[in-house]
Amino acid sequence: MRIDFTINGIPKTVDVPENMPLLWVVRDVLNMKGTKFGCGQAACGACTVHIDGDAIRSCSFAAQYAQSKHITTIEGLSSGEKLHPVQQAWIEEIVPQCGYCQPGFMMSVANLLDKIPNPTDEEIDDNITNICRCGTYYRMRKAIHRAAEIKSSQL
Amino acid sequence: MKKIHSIAFMAAFSIIILSISSFQIQDETALKKEKSLDSFKQMLTVIKHPRCMNCHPSDDHPRQGNDRHVHLFNVQRGKDNEGLAAMRCNTCHQKTNNPYSNVPGAPKWHLAPIGMAWQGLSDEEIGESILNIKTNGGKNLEELVHHMTKDTLVLWAWNPGKGRSLPPLNQAQFAKAVKDWADNGAAVK
Repeated sequence: MRIDFTINGIPKTVDVPENMPLLWVVRDVLNMKGTKFGCGQAACGACTVHIDGDAIRSCSFAAQYAQSKHITTIEGLSSGEKLHPVQQAWIEEIVPQCGYCQPGFMMSVANLLDKIPNPTDEEIDDNITNICRCGTYYRMRKAIHRAAEIKSSQL
Repeated sequence: MKKIHSIAFMAAFSIIILSISSFQIQDETALKKEKSLDSFKQMLTVIKHPRCMNCHPSDDHPRQGNDRHVHLFNVQRGKDNEGLAAMRCNTCHQKTNNPYSNVPGAPKWHLAPIGMAWQGLSDEEIGESILNIKTNGGKNLEELVHHMTKDTLVLWAWNPGKGRSLPPLNQAQFAKAVKDWADNGAAVK
């Protein structure tokens, strides 16, 4: 099936089976390896990308539904050389341990800050449900609050 | 004198005929109600099945599985019944069941509004809730029948994806039960 979409601002066309997970399209067809495969069941969030402004778990998103959508992956989160506030805060708070789940977390958090610019701890708990096997949640919480500060200071 | 007797006889005869007709109407009404209640009992076997009940909770958490456990990952209803601001239903659920992740999907995947909560209600209360235009999304009986027999999210119950059990009636049997229930007066008690 021929599918047209925009990814990180660039128009792309792929010819793949209609139910192929978008994650496979991103990683294996477009060779963008930042988005990670974790559980394959939409449970861990390692594969999170943005589609038309929503955080979506791409392992559970059939390629057919990407038609005409605007997709952003971790590679497209920053604006050129300028890091996204979430990336900046992640560096400042030295969040990652093994790092595998972090692209998915950062995409989920970037989406959270788009919807709730200054989230409370409760809102973070309710909205960020990704899984980190290294247990970096404590540092992530600090980084999310820091990212909110950075983002609001840039407005 | 003979004429008076004749009039009295006619009057008595009319009363008897009217009474019989009245009994017949009462019998027919009772019979229709009985038929409707039978259909409602059949409907309840589907309505109370986890494929339907899991998305009609009385709190803000959808349920999962045949054991109706609370949806993993702290998934919540949100203001529009489609999840929280950054944890939407469509974060994981799309328009169709996903054959790779086995995450279920249907168009407009969402929780039933809190007014349509069935969890914890008696059979009669479920029936009243379904019929109540204030809680059923403003549906009259015709619209209700359409919703229960044609809505894509309702129909998903018979195509729930691998590993999920089906309701005890098939879709055609359920649709017939809903129509018979409505045609015979939509009785719930």
